[in-house]
Amino acid sequence: MLSFVSSQFEVLRDNNKCIKCQVCVKQCANEVHKYDKEDNVIICDEAKCVCCHRCVALCPTKAIKIRKNILEFKENANWTATCINEIYKQAESGGMLLSSMGNPKTFPIYWDKILLNASQVTNPSIDPLREPMETKVIIGRKPDKLEYDKKGKLVTKMPPNIELNMPIMFSAMSYGSISKNAHEALARAAQKLGILYNTGEGGLHKDFYKYGKNTIVQVASGRFGVHLDYLNAGVAIEIKIGQGAKPGIGGHLPGIKVGEDVSATRMIPIGSDAISPAPHHDIYSIEDLRQLILSLKESTNYTKPIFVKIAAVHNVSAIASGIARAGADAIVIDGFRGGTGAAPTRVRDNVGIPIELALACVDQRLRDEGIRNNISIICAGSIRNSADIVKAIALGADAVCIASAALIAMGCHMCRSCSTGKCNWGIATQKEDLVKRLNPDIAYQRLVNLLTAWNNEIKEMLGGMGINAIDSLRGNRLMLMGVGLNLKELEILGIKHAGE
Amino acid sequence: MKEGQIRIPAGCAISGIIDKKRNRFNGESIIKSIALMHERSNGLGGGFAGYGIYPQYKNFFALHIFYDNNQIKAKTEEFLSEHFEIESAGNIPTRAVPSIKDKPLIWRYFVQPRIYKVRNLNMDEDEFTARCVIRINKDFLGAYVFSSGKNMGVFKGVGYPEDIGDFYMLENYEGYIWTAHGRFPTNTPGWWGGAHPFTMLDWSIVHNGEISSYDANRRFVEMYGYKCTLQTDTEVITYLLDLLVRRHKLPMEKALQVLVAPFWNDIEKENSKKAEELKALRAVYSSALINGPFSILIGYEDGLIALNDRIKLRSMVSAIKGDKVYFASEESAIRVICKKPENIYHPKGGEPIIVKFEEAK
Repeated sequence: MLSFVSSQFEVLRDNNKCIKCQVCVKQCANEVHKYDKEDNVIICDEAKCVCCHRCVALCPTKAIKIRKNILEFKENANWTATCINEIYKQAESGGMLLSSMGNPKTFPIYWDKILLNASQVTNPSIDPLREPMETKVIIGRKPDKLEYDKKGKLVTKMPPNIELNMPIMFSAMSYGSISKNAHEALARAAQKLGILYNTGEGGLHKDFYKYGKNTIVQVASGRFGVHLDYLNAGVAIEIKIGQGAKPGIGGHLPGIKVGEDVSATRMIPIGSDAISPAPHHDIYSIEDLRQLILSLKESTNYTKPIFVKIAAVHNVSAIASGIARAGADAIVIDGFRGGTGAAPTRVRDNVGIPIELALACVDQRLRDEGIRNNISIICAGSIRNSADIVKAIALGADAVCIASAALIAMGCHMCRSCSTGKCNWGIATQKEDLVKRLNPDIAYQRLVNLLTAWNNEIKEMLGGMGINAIDSLRGNRLMLMGVGLNLKELEILGIKHAGE
Repeated sequence: MKEGQIRIPAGCAISGIIDKKRNRFNGESIIKSIALMHERSNGLGGGFAGYGIYPQYKNFFALHIFYDNNQIKAKTEEFLSEHFEIESAGNIPTRAVPSIKDKPLIWRYFVQPRIYKVRNLNMDEDEFTARCVIRINKDFLGAYVFSSGKNMGVFKGVGYPEDIGDFYMLENYEGYIWTAHGRFPTNTPGWWGGAHPFTMLDWSIVHNGEISSYDANRRFVEMYGYKCTLQTDTEVITYLLDLLVRRHKLPMEKALQVLVAPFWNDIEKENSKKAEELKALRAVYSSALINGPFSILIGYEDGLIALNDRIKLRSMVSAIKGDKVYFASEESAIRVICKKPENIYHPKGGEPIIVKFEEAK
């Protein structure tokens, strides 16, 4: 069948600069570039290009440029090129459309409509280069109050809590969806930074048990790789109910990515598809979640906090309240911009609500019910920079999780083709030759650099507000003001409009 | 606009005196001390708290109330007599002072909660009274309870503090703790309730500074039934203390360690048991940490406490002479009322000074 789908990109080669070294040919797993020996030229099959910049970055003479293919359909505000091309694809394949990474549509990004405060005159700003500035946070369940006996001795026993040197963790990304080298880099960076990374639902590779003090192990609906040693391997356990990129549906790791190592880690046969069910088949209601939380606590002798991760959906605040009451120690809320290795496009682009609104309403709801202080709220789903983090914490989060940003730090160029398994940067792939391209030493250093820089930026912004501990930023919504937001949006965010 | 509708930052002067043996002295010296720091105020708020001033009514809650008009007074009094036995009621005596204008109706009631009401709600008298005060301040527009403790009282208004002291004739009251406040708001609220001290039951707070953790603190205490009607720092600090000490029953030293928590670096230097305890305090009460510049004086039934923010962004001096301990924003404000003060000390950032009476009540 003739494909009507035209190439998304043009590959431009400056033949004056090209020295025919064929680096581009070797580097492109999508086989865009091909060397023609007879004519001594490199030719391109543009239709295969995903715009990952691998050839651009590695070309020694900078002879390659990738540009958007400007082939136009007749102008139509309704039937856009995307609409038309998607119909062509489905008419040709008969399949659901698949996409990778978070919702790329033009929905509002509330982070960009919120501005931060700073001190002037009546209140001195604090200089983090000269004064102590604290960004440590403690995650986990807190008792209603602390009790002392008559001799002034503390009698309340604290539930298991986790210290993070900065209010940032790496979100769940499974071994399988990303490579072993990527996992190693995340684990080592978490260790160096005094934070946590998350195994995702793919189990924990035997080589990585040594990073246990900086590991969250995940229990998802497929229960891949879950066994007692695994549960006890990390410092916390996360029950994954949902994911921002695909609320309401499970995961799918194609058999092609299930090699020997992934198979052993996931405890499934080599080459078999790893399909996690949409719901947990032992959780059909909130009381079932309570049982799973308690059985995980029982299995680990009440030494690990249990996180419950949900996608930000319409009724998120009531769900979060239920989770808090079901005994979870922390709630992870994942917004619709959150990334994924693969999701049905229609789900990714149309299901869920913006994380900023979800976070604001969950924080307020838990306060209205007087239980906010008992549980930690972790905000995930496209935290792009340190200012997003400051805003998230001022809205009410205890900490944030990042994944897309961490992948980008390691080399991801957001070509959003993870599901093909042909990641040229060695991140979202299991092909040995591609995985080798990601040097874990360098990737680790890049992650450490990124978060060190972000932590310094957070300190600078805190100091500007006249605050010297991140504790005083959490839920401090007076530090935020909106621009260009309507009254309802301001009401939900619980902030004022700039100038008010 | 008045306090509560808008948040107004303010700079200030504070001063406080305590006699550790509960020897009572009149309000003249505290007026003299705060008057010396005239330049730190701008005439838009001044006030005093005196402890031990109502010995004849020491078992009654002394409610001091501002009314905008007689209608709201009648309505509030109806509420009061429904919930309290009123032992005595009357105007708080004042004298005409040219600079003090637009005074509200200023009334004082010595009351005791109606026992059956307290029992029905299964709470103690303090909690009952606190809730009634919060209720009036929240729901009775034009009425404002600005003092509600036992054997103590607050006197405040719009004006320079020395004029306010003169207006209330504080030379006629004798107490064993006096605190004073002169205010420099960056706006003109012109509302008497907005002046300091701020109180809740026996707590009274005078405060110099602007806390940058305000909204984090406010949203935390409001989970526990408090309502920050004034949007002032002092109000939220008072509620934090009330929550920690009266309701959660934390020892005072621990409560202060919550408000000005030690730095993580310092906690790590402690032995492991102590570090665990401090860590628990910070973890559970992290939203009660007060951040930003402040110096405060906290009066309560056991004594007087002085507290600075963690990195000492506001001035505060203490001194001792005989049975008396003095605190003030400036040393000169102590020297003007105390010849040859001893042990002049500048408390460090986050270092609370707690002065308790030598004999408990």
